[in-house]
Amino acid sequence: MNSVGKYFSDIFYGIKSLWKGLMVTGYYFVHPGTIVTQQYPENRKELKMFDRFKGEVILKHDENNFHSCNGCGICQLNCPNGSIEIISDSVPNEDGKSERIIDKHIYHLSMCTFCGLCIKSCPNDSLAWGQEFEHAVFNRDVLTKILNKPGSRIKKVPKEPKAPKPVTETVPTSNPAN
Amino acid sequence: MQEVELSDILTAREDGDYIVNIGPQHPSTHGVMRFVVSLKGEMLEYVIPHCGYIHRGIEKMCERMTYPQIIHLTDRMDYLSAHMNNEAVSLLVEKATGVEVPERVKYIRTILSELQRIASHQLWWAAFGMDMGGLTCFFYGLRDREHILDIFEESFGSRLLHSYVCPGGLMGDIHPNFQKRTKEFIKYFRKKLPEYDQLLTGNVIFEQRTKGMGIMSKADAISFGATGPVGRGSNFACDIRKKFPYSAYDKVDFKEILYTEGDSWARYKVRVDEMWESMKIIEQLIDNIPEGDYSAKMKPVIKLPEGEYSQRVETAKGDLGVFVVSKGEKYPYRMHFRTPNFNNLFVISQLCAGNKIADLIAISGSLDLVIPDIDR
Repeated sequence: MNSVGKYFSDIFYGIKSLWKGLMVTGYYFVHPGTIVTQQYPENRKELKMFDRFKGEVILKHDENNFHSCNGCGICQLNCPNGSIEIISDSVPNEDGKSERIIDKHIYHLSMCTFCGLCIKSCPNDSLAWGQEFEHAVFNRDVLTKILNKPGSRIKKVPKEPKAPKPVTETVPTSNPAN
Repeated sequence: MQEVELSDILTAREDGDYIVNIGPQHPSTHGVMRFVVSLKGEMLEYVIPHCGYIHRGIEKMCERMTYPQIIHLTDRMDYLSAHMNNEAVSLLVEKATGVEVPERVKYIRTILSELQRIASHQLWWAAFGMDMGGLTCFFYGLRDREHILDIFEESFGSRLLHSYVCPGGLMGDIHPNFQKRTKEFIKYFRKKLPEYDQLLTGNVIFEQRTKGMGIMSKADAISFGATGPVGRGSNFACDIRKKFPYSAYDKVDFKEILYTEGDSWARYKVRVDEMWESMKIIEQLIDNIPEGDYSAKMKPVIKLPEGEYSQRVETAKGDLGVFVVSKGEKYPYRMHFRTPNFNNLFVISQLCAGNKIADLIAISGSLDLVIPDIDR
């Protein structure tokens, strides 16, 4: 092909290739039903996160303000960043022996990397992910949270699993959530 | 290969030569990366990458962390291939302790790795188009990536830094909707991927800016250790999934994409074709996930026996190697990551010499650099 012919064929090829791209964008321009963008601050009310969403770590409380954390500190040991501080206390229980209870479960959200090791390692299944995700604040002290709610107490696991001690083959079937 | 020091360039400067800094805060360097560029007029002579602006000392931090805790740091190296990074450390720990993970875990890990590879290539495609001035690509790439991120978010709660693969298996079981959503995504993306070709691959401006630009020979790729799509664009068969299969890669049938040209265009085509291959892999596995546990039984405190261990995986960027020296404690004595982006970066001086300064952006875009992976 001579150079003049190549010159014009290049121009036509260029226009054709640009037109192909414009067809794609033009299709979406005239089809508003294909819009996937969310209007975020406006849709706050109907916006629902997935139930496994890692927003923050929470200590599970039931409706009577009972939690199942006994302050063993395994989550504190497993945390790679020191986001969790456990301050435990000991009080005498009804048998007269001193028993460890949790005083403060301090959670530094500003240091947390959401790796999930605390939740995975908790022997009592006390911790869970919360769905709250709007954590922007003006003062970073606000991000240090005390997870156990004021006045909350540890829920006593019924001592039934201990009773059938002579029967060795029975496996304790107590649900840790109770 | 010529070794060039910055001082050599500064002293050998003549009239019409310029030394220009690009970065560390330049948007087209995709992170805090500084290129010291020696120019003769508009032509590039040398490009010297300066890294270290986002160095966090991850290797050193690993020496004071237990093996399950290390996982969350590997997320933050190559954040676009978080699953594969997690998998590398997990596979190493499993190999060293002799734990056999359930088949279900292997299948899920493979599917997640391939989903992550597609997501990474989508973001790269989006950013590469934007480097060339096509803002449309950025929106279209991110639109499709959102579907994968939704699958991730539903199953394990986070979109970018998952920490989902852990030594012994997975942190939790997959969501009941996982298979359904993944199949929906594959169906959707098979329709949308040809749009990528219409928007960018066939575009005349894009073709002329990538074809024949930044040519790397196979010998260069091997001597620099360039792996992944960068190496495979130069006909260097370096796919770890084929050469040293891990997880369920020995059970699936897929093609290793190889191009011979070695230019930016070949690297582009490798990644686009890899997205098709990844979809093929997922389709082969998604219906056949075996039932079983999502994790093998691990000891509460994982200690590696004394010795040296290594493991390689194929991330979206290339060959990630993990090397551990253990003294038999719960912490590694020394941990080293051979990250793909670090080796892929230093090819840039070879590729850019003789091209114009605007091509530096196109060529560095085609290398798909993730800066935190370089510095780690």
